[in-house]
Amino acid sequence: MSTAKAPIRLTLKIWRQTGPDAPGAFREYPVGPLSPDMSLLEMLDVLNEELTRQGEEPVAFDHDCREGICGMCGAVVNGRAHGPQPATTLCQLHLRHFKDGDVVVIEPFRAGAFPPVRDLVVDRGAFDVLIAAGGYVSVNTGGAPEANTLPVPRAAAEKALDAAECIGCGACVAACPNAAAMLFVGAKVSHLALLPQGEPERARRALNMVRKMDQLRFGNCGNEQECQAACPKGIKIDNIARLNREFLRAAIKSEET
Amino acid sequence: MAWVARTINSSIGKKAVMAVSGLLLGLFVLVHMLGNSTALAGRDAFLAYAAALHAHDRLLLVFELLLLVFFLVHVTLALLLTLANRAARPVPYAVTGRAGGGAGIGPGSRTMLYSGLFLLVFLVVHLVQFKFGGRELPVADLLRQVLAQPLFTIFYLAAVLALTLHLSHGFWSLWQSLGVEHPKYNPLLQRGAVALAVLTGLLFSLVPLAILFFPDFLR
Repeated sequence: MSTAKAPIRLTLKIWRQTGPDAPGAFREYPVGPLSPDMSLLEMLDVLNEELTRQGEEPVAFDHDCREGICGMCGAVVNGRAHGPQPATTLCQLHLRHFKDGDVVVIEPFRAGAFPPVRDLVVDRGAFDVLIAAGGYVSVNTGGAPEANTLPVPRAAAEKALDAAECIGCGACVAACPNAAAMLFVGAKVSHLALLPQGEPERARRALNMVRKMDQLRFGNCGNEQECQAACPKGIKIDNIARLNREFLRAAIKSEET
Repeated sequence: MAWVARTINSSIGKKAVMAVSGLLLGLFVLVHMLGNSTALAGRDAFLAYAAALHAHDRLLLVFELLLLVFFLVHVTLALLLTLANRAARPVPYAVTGRAGGGAGIGPGSRTMLYSGLFLLVFLVVHLVQFKFGGRELPVADLLRQVLAQPLFTIFYLAAVLALTLHLSHGFWSLWQSLGVEHPKYNPLLQRGAVALAVLTGLLFSLVPLAILFFPDFLR
């Protein structure tokens, strides 16, 4: 059934950097002809095989599931985190969204809190530090409780699940003009604050995660909504409003002096 | 009270203070816009409004000092936040392709710093011209005198444009920063912000335009 699509050629400009403190620069690689059904990461695989054959260092990039659900991949393609397609991770971005002869600029996520490691790989460990600061619920071990002992309104469950879709890829930070982590922290705080399991640590979570976010030197929210446009999981900025609300409420209501 | 300082020092706390000071400054702008618009009803109405306002000199002074405080807080925090934001991305992108959140907020959000800085310059000039100078003339004549100069007409209209841009984002953004958000009222807050900003811009620009095109205006 499928009609053969014309293969395409691209000129890649890829950021190359040998180590965290090494100076980096763009290098140009002509690629193709390639199948338009190939994903952007598969294109990098092909390029890397060629580079290896030539005795050059392959381009380092993060990836894992290649199904758009793990949050491991990510780079800025032509100025957009995860590329130009909405609600799409880099591994799910296919070459059919580019035109034959296009120049494609691929650079790493840029933020002070995400230091470079090598080429397109950055250290997003700051997100792990944020989760450790409060993005969890403390649950006593033992027999699983009966599912309906904690009533959860359907609307709250839906909102919590929408927020829980966050895969922690860091595109929100990459796309934010201020390199803020508000959408990530907003999603985590919302996801847990909306559910009864998150209630006991609700105030402490909001205070600690925001404090940690500030310590890690993420920027401040400018309500420009670039994060929402870049998020591969379609997380909305109402989660940022909820984070603001949760933090201010916790600051006023908590017994901390 | 350490928690107050800690809260205000946090990223969200600073934005909340920006929001509250911005709201209060925005309310002043709306009141000023209404007062200013009495000029459209003619010289007598405008002079009567000015006289009524200055009949309460002490109260006016209190409001002016409060406005100065809100203004200094708003500007200082804006600069602190901007510096922190610049530091948060030490290496810039080679290509920046803004997506725009698609919420119809328009160009206001990405120009907040520039519209704000222009308004700061405008405010100094405006205060020198109307508050600290020209006391010997009735305000209607002072207005005509200042805006008879085409350069100032352009300057005032540019400031109105900057104000419209600033408010179109600010009047919505401040609610988001304070966590006031509801699926039912969000569209109203967003469109209302743009509508209020445009209305403010239109009413403010009518006076300089009237002076420009109607030689007998306010005479």
